[in-house]
Amino acid sequence: MYAEIGHFALILAWLTALAQAVLPMVGAVRGDTALMAFGRSAAQVQAILIIFAFGLLMACFGLADFSVELVAEHAALNQPLAYRLAATWGNHEGSMLLWVLILALFGAGIGRFGDNLPPSLQARVLSIQAMISVAFLAFSLFTSNPFSRLSPAPLDGAELNPLLQDPGLVFHPPLLYLGYVGFSVTFSFAVAALLEGRADAAWARWMRPWVLAAWIPLTCGIALGSFWAYYELGWGGWWFWDPVENASLMPWLLGTALLHSAIVTEKRQALAGWTILLAILAFSLSLIGTFLVRSGILTSVHAFAVDPERGVFILAMIIGSTGTALGLFAWRAPLLKSGALFSGVSREAGLTLNNLFLMAVTAVVFLGTFYPVIMEAVSPADKISVGPPYYNLVFVPLSVPLLLLVTVGPMLAWKRDGLGRVGAKLKWPLLATLALAAGLVALFGLAKTVAALGLALGFWLILGGALVLARRWQGAAGLSLRLVRTTPAAVFGMALAHAGLGVTVAGISTMSGFAESKILVMREGETAALATMKVTLDRVGEAQGPNYQAFQAHFTVREKSLFGADSVRNLDSERRFFPVSRNQTTEAGIGTSLLGNSYIAIGDQQNGPRGPGLVVRIYHHPLVGWIWFGGLMMAMGGAASLADRRFRIGAPLRAPARSAGPLLAPAE
Amino acid sequence: MNRIVFLAPVIAFIALVGFFGIGLTKDPKELPSQLIDRPLPTFDLPGIAAAPGGGPGLASVTLKGEPALLNIFASWCAACPQEHPVLTRISAEGFPVYGIAWKDKPQDSRDWLTKWGNPYRATAADENGRTAIDLGVTGVPETFIVDKAGRVRFKQIGPISPEQWEATIKPLMAKLRAEA
Repeated sequence: MYAEIGHFALILAWLTALAQAVLPMVGAVRGDTALMAFGRSAAQVQAILIIFAFGLLMACFGLADFSVELVAEHAALNQPLAYRLAATWGNHEGSMLLWVLILALFGAGIGRFGDNLPPSLQARVLSIQAMISVAFLAFSLFTSNPFSRLSPAPLDGAELNPLLQDPGLVFHPPLLYLGYVGFSVTFSFAVAALLEGRADAAWARWMRPWVLAAWIPLTCGIALGSFWAYYELGWGGWWFWDPVENASLMPWLLGTALLHSAIVTEKRQALAGWTILLAILAFSLSLIGTFLVRSGILTSVHAFAVDPERGVFILAMIIGSTGTALGLFAWRAPLLKSGALFSGVSREAGLTLNNLFLMAVTAVVFLGTFYPVIMEAVSPADKISVGPPYYNLVFVPLSVPLLLLVTVGPMLAWKRDGLGRVGAKLKWPLLATLALAAGLVALFGLAKTVAALGLALGFWLILGGALVLARRWQGAAGLSLRLVRTTPAAVFGMALAHAGLGVTVAGISTMSGFAESKILVMREGETAALATMKVTLDRVGEAQGPNYQAFQAHFTVREKSLFGADSVRNLDSERRFFPVSRNQTTEAGIGTSLLGNSYIAIGDQQNGPRGPGLVVRIYHHPLVGWIWFGGLMMAMGGAASLADRRFRIGAPLRAPARSAGPLLAPAE
Repeated sequence: MNRIVFLAPVIAFIALVGFFGIGLTKDPKELPSQLIDRPLPTFDLPGIAAAPGGGPGLASVTLKGEPALLNIFASWCAACPQEHPVLTRISAEGFPVYGIAWKDKPQDSRDWLTKWGNPYRATAADENGRTAIDLGVTGVPETFIVDKAGRVRFKQIGPISPEQWEATIKPLMAKLRAEA
């Protein structure tokens, strides 16, 4: 019964979205306030209906109703309830429903919190939002209905892939989706601006919180995904340049660019066309990335050709949204007057450079990700894949100048600045960084130059974050408490995010230069040494989990500490066998500390030269935690920025008055 | 001039959609071999010796002169026993089948052939897997169809099913035999 009600709610939501797509747009064109206001209520109704449908699907999973096909395929009775519920979005159909759920929530958010927007802009944004909704709901209803029944119903279901039965999965996809779908709002804002022919400072200020609202969860989602891969896949890698990962990285890179270009549009009314293009591209990449990967055009887990209907639908959706938006951009954007001029050395110029680098980095990731598809289309006999060597070769050289620039940018004055003045502000930080770089190279030796320079770069970024606050707080007579008190949250946000980037860079550099590993066959009682660690295999044994059997190995890890006594801890490493799906997973034993992790994964029992033993892989991962902690800091910086009260009060009153006439009004 | 700049994203997008459209028509599971219509890479491997009919060894020149099947197998391979009756039948129907035991100890390969029967005219041991790399082997079992001139004409990934033999591979062999 639940399934049918859920299905019905979804159909109603689709019809609501259809009305919401048409009526507010008509209202905006005709200036009919009643029709425009309809968008707001329709958005709420649509959200309530989809929440209801999603809740019912979750109930089907919770009650283990195997007469629902989706439940039978992805849940099993002996699976813990939390994972059975999480399985709701651990599959294609359910995750599509999560997608439309988040889309509807964002739509309702614009309806609810968008009261400061001009009614016609809000109506247009809601209408475009609803068009996306119509397409996705139709995709869900007609090609991937989550509520399909199965007859006869099996007594027990197949379970969720055990790799995904992990707390990481419970939060990872929803966070990523919040990011992907969040960019739909900025996309709608961009298209609405093109339709209205108006992209000014006020527009950028209205849009910016939504950029942050998408960027923050996306940042968390990527960091969490990387962390999940680290502890669950069992060999201690934290980034694989896998198409799926790239699909999340590309919108993040463009979202970061958008975040910065929107500042320029907001403060200086410049780069409006560019900001619009970025907003369109960020969402398009979310779409292209998510679906092409999911549909198997790149990975062969689910073949596209097996279900051409879905593939064609997806492609049509991409053409419909991105194609229309880019066409609109080509037609309308030249009509937007370009904004205020700025000199080659200025905050605007710095942010433009930031954008160009981010765009270039995105382009090389895009090329690497889709090269196999393009190659195969051109010459069908070649099946290739692009791996880490390519990305290391192109990603690193493009990122380093960008990262160097991060600390310089905030020191630049708006509109016009001089190299001499900036140099004076940055003299001491620069000298400190160079001294640190030289010291590190001397300490680690020439062979580790790259890692040493990377660490220094991280230091430069963290210093840059601190410098933002230091300069802000420095009054005429030293540190001014009044200035500390009046510092806007956004400034804290910027400092935190830039420093977080530095923490991540320091983590990545140390990991790439100093991570060590060892594979050996160990017997009970034996001890192995690696880096500063001594690892003893105490005993092996078996254990029974709720829906798996585990083979466990217990280790004692003694690690030399920089300060006094050695640290001693016990780590358990497991291999789990899930009988229902006949899958195995690795649960590595990980000992975390501020300075690095010890990571132990176990393999098969094997006959070594000294008799039977257990294959053990030991890793020493210095500063690896910094990679994710830096990501968290960036997200917190974004959150601080989002909390800035500037976004909650009206549009700036001074800015339009200062400029001579409407700078970004259509030229016609 | 300015217009063209704004049109650039649209043009790039149209090209991309074209590629995706072509990609849609492809089966991502199909892994083409680089060797199709190219000569079989040269190799000269030792035999697994004592196996009944195991022969002295196998060189790539052996496969010239008559269309033949070159089957890559291993004693540790789970799908190989499933394919084995088909190979036996192919051999009984008079088509030459050669084997390469991939990353397998010769003793294990011999035991395996003794247990299941030997369909191979000659069986070579590629213990370190070096030849398999030249052949572009992605797993076991895999089978190459080689024509009279010693060129690879077809590559089968995974076991050959009886239906496949009847429907595609046998007609191909007949065609290759008829070729001048």
